[in-house]
Amino acid sequence: MSRGAGAPRPLGAGAQAPGFKLHSTPDQVVDLNDFRGRPVVLAFYPADWSPVCGDELTLFNEVLPEIERHNNAQLLGISVDGAWCHVAYAKDRKLHFPLLADFEPKGDVAREYGVYRQGDGVAERALFVIDEDGVIRWSYVSPLGVNPGADGALRALEEITSRQSQQSSQAMEAQHA
Amino acid sequence: MPRQIEASATLSVPVSEERDHILGPPDAPVTLLEYGDFECPYCGQAYYVLKDLEAQMGDQVRQVFRHFPLTQIHPHAGRAAEASEAAAAQGRFWEMHDMLYENQDALSDYDLVAYAQALGLDVRRFRTELLSDAYAPRIREDFLSGIRSGVNGTPTFFINGRRHDGPWDLDSLMAAIEPEIMNAAPRGRGRAGGRKIPVRQTRGR
Repeated sequence: MSRGAGAPRPLGAGAQAPGFKLHSTPDQVVDLNDFRGRPVVLAFYPADWSPVCGDELTLFNEVLPEIERHNNAQLLGISVDGAWCHVAYAKDRKLHFPLLADFEPKGDVAREYGVYRQGDGVAERALFVIDEDGVIRWSYVSPLGVNPGADGALRALEEITSRQSQQSSQAMEAQHA
Repeated sequence: MPRQIEASATLSVPVSEERDHILGPPDAPVTLLEYGDFECPYCGQAYYVLKDLEAQMGDQVRQVFRHFPLTQIHPHAGRAAEASEAAAAQGRFWEMHDMLYENQDALSDYDLVAYAQALGLDVRRFRTELLSDAYAPRIREDFLSGIRSGVNGTPTFFINGRRHDGPWDLDSLMAAIEPEIMNAAPRGRGRAGGRKIPVRQTRGR
């Protein structure tokens, strides 16, 4: 399970986040563009039904209030599993955020973000924090089998919100000048 | 370009004598801190590993417990954490901690009150605090300190403030802890001619 030679590099800070429309349930479609104006945490993971206690999504589920505190940021999980599988998994783990099915064509979105494992047919465990304008501000690919935790994503969200408040206070000063 | 943010793996909130639940001497060369969840079966396994570790290492290791309840997948974990804090308020944290881990399959409110009774606590006070979630802010504080320290599941251990990423069976934990004891040993003890000697020989047991 190693990234093969010539494997695409994950998109990094500064890149425009590739858009997508993906099913979160069999009859619901999530469009990345719908979240314009809010930060987005996009969490790629290899597959539903990984062991419970060390599971990344379970952890993110517990810190949803801290994520949403940042300008109503939206958390999205994404894997190559189908929508029915996501529905069952989200119900079992009591997840309170959408899981997107990067299912057809399989792994297309993961490929666009540079985090598809060709040989394994699944996405890397990778995090992207996208700002209100759809620009990636932070990305991270976890080493094999290691749950990245939520700290990096929270810090990236803090940077986005603190930069914004700086900008708005500068704008206020400019207005008053 | 924004600066690179790395996932952190060191303890963001240092161990505090006033605030933390601590077992063992303050001058122990090794502090082993666990972020744990009373309903997590892996934490339940780790509980017995830590008991063995305590028996083997004695005063060399100071144990610290912080809460990391995964409440969505473990419906009793939040209340169990509350119960341990309510016991702590009566000076009996570690007794309740042990009670909970030894009875992981019975963590209903009824069970928790029965444990308080068994430990001889002021049950009326315990029940009031338990049912009002009196310690929820403190438990959340523990949880978030874990998040900011790179806790990525339960149990997660920190050895002298650094996250222990390997397996946590007794041998693995001992292997991770022993170099810390060596490093902490005063000059002339624990080292011979620059060659490391096994720590078990240096502790006059």
